Amino acid sequence: MSYFSDIYKGIKTLLTGMSVTGKYFLTSRKGAITQQYPDNRATLKMFDRFRGEVIMPHDENNEHACTGCQKCEIACPNGTIEIIWDRGINEETGKKKKKIDKFVYHLSLCTMCGLCIDVCPTDAIEWGQNFENSVYDRTKLTRVLNKPESKLRPGIED
Amino acid sequence: MNIIKNIHDWLFSIMPEGVANIVEMVLIGVAYLTFFAIAGLFLVLMERRVAAWFQLRIGPNRVGYQGLLQTMADALKLVSKELTGTVKADKFLYNLAPYFVIISALMALAVMPFTQEIQAFDINIGIFFLIAISSIGVIGILLGGWASNNKFALIGAMRSGVQTISYELSIGLSLLTMILMTGSLQLSEIVTVQKSGWLIIQGHIPAVIAFMIYMIAGTAETNRAPFDMVEAESELGAGFHTEYSGMKFAYFFLAEFINMFIIAAIATTIFFGAWLSPFGITESIPWLGVFWFMGKTLILVFLMMWFRWTFPRLRVDQLLTLEWKYLLPINLVNIVIMALIVWLNLTIKF
Repeated sequence: MSYFSDIYKGIKTLLTGMSVTGKYFLTSRKGAITQQYPDNRATLKMFDRFRGEVIMPHDENNEHACTGCQKCEIACPNGTIEIIWDRGINEETGKKKKKIDKFVYHLSLCTMCGLCIDVCPTDAIEWGQNFENSVYDRTKLTRVLNKPESKLRPGIED
Repeated sequence: MNIIKNIHDWLFSIMPEGVANIVEMVLIGVAYLTFFAIAGLFLVLMERRVAAWFQLRIGPNRVGYQGLLQTMADALKLVSKELTGTVKADKFLYNLAPYFVIISALMALAVMPFTQEIQAFDINIGIFFLIAISSIGVIGILLGGWASNNKFALIGAMRSGVQTISYELSIGLSLLTMILMTGSLQLSEIVTVQKSGWLIIQGHIPAVIAFMIYMIAGTAETNRAPFDMVEAESELGAGFHTEYSGMKFAYFFLAEFINMFIIAAIATTIFFGAWLSPFGITESIPWLGVFWFMGKTLILVFLMMWFRWTFPRLRVDQLLTLEWKYLLPINLVNIVIMALIVWLNLTIKF
């Protein structure tokens, strides 16, 4: 007769579930996972994997790793990234070489899919941890990621 | 402590009998409406805090001390919202539906024995009245879903109908099991019988089974999780109240919480001795009955919240299987067992 064993099993599993949540209820004061955001702004740290915005790290010599290959621009599904590039003369070899003029990033369009970062061959761009992106002016969400006067780090080839 | 009797005597001493009667009725109505509003706001807040604790969160804690004014703020927001509706809806029925739900809940409160004195309407068919009134609420839900002129609301209303009408049986039969012991439908008399032990102790095994069935069916009756197929965000938009906004939505919402309170209050009255204190420890102070009644009721409300935040939602066929294949046969057998126990005098009395 599975009828009665079903009833027994049903009640048993329900009680098991209730004991689990009951334990949570009793310990919730200590183990609450809520972040009370505006209060803990100073101490709040986001996780490494958090996708807040795309940033381009620069080293102390104001050099970045972006060669202007435009792979990210092609990979982006909705035109968030625009690369305005130019050709400059490499001092060492005297050859003409592609370099970025402006790396334009429209945060207002970005879906945080991460394809640009996956596709970048030189790891020039990566995820930033900033999560406070609200502004009163929409144009502030269009950012130029390379700092003024910055240039390509020597030794980076695509 | 006999304020209510004093007010009654004072009213009848200063004005003619007919006027005094009407004034008294209005006063009682206002008192119950006030209680209704306060209980609704409190239960919503309690639900949110309890849910937060079950999910290891904190819950509302910003508005007022410890978030106590949160539901007041919510109510203000709902009052100030625009009332929208569909163009081709049946306007009369559409506007009528929330009042059906809320008035049926309010009428059920009238017969609750809060203490020996605080009971607006001690009718001699109390339990019957409660069962009858609680099934009127479903008409409001069906009307609201149908008059919205929206297929999702209609499906939600149909699901509510199938659920509420099925589980009505279990509620009725489990209460009937207990009535076998009291021999009366009058709520005050049922409480009097429990002076020699709460009914759940007097009736021991069948009473406990009846209580479990009652709580399951009561949870389903109020359309709460795990029986909340009526409100499915993914398939139905929201449920039968998809098209309601602002205060009309709030009426449905409030009625759900008051219904939860009523289900718990009936269980308190039938199984746990209403305003009677355990072992009669405060029998000399009758007005403490309110404290005991509310305490027991809130514990049962908490139990229903515990169900809600633990169990996953049932599918419609599982829901009907549970009612028709499990609860109903168990209930029928349980009535026979209870009848045997009462007949052979095997009840436990102190």
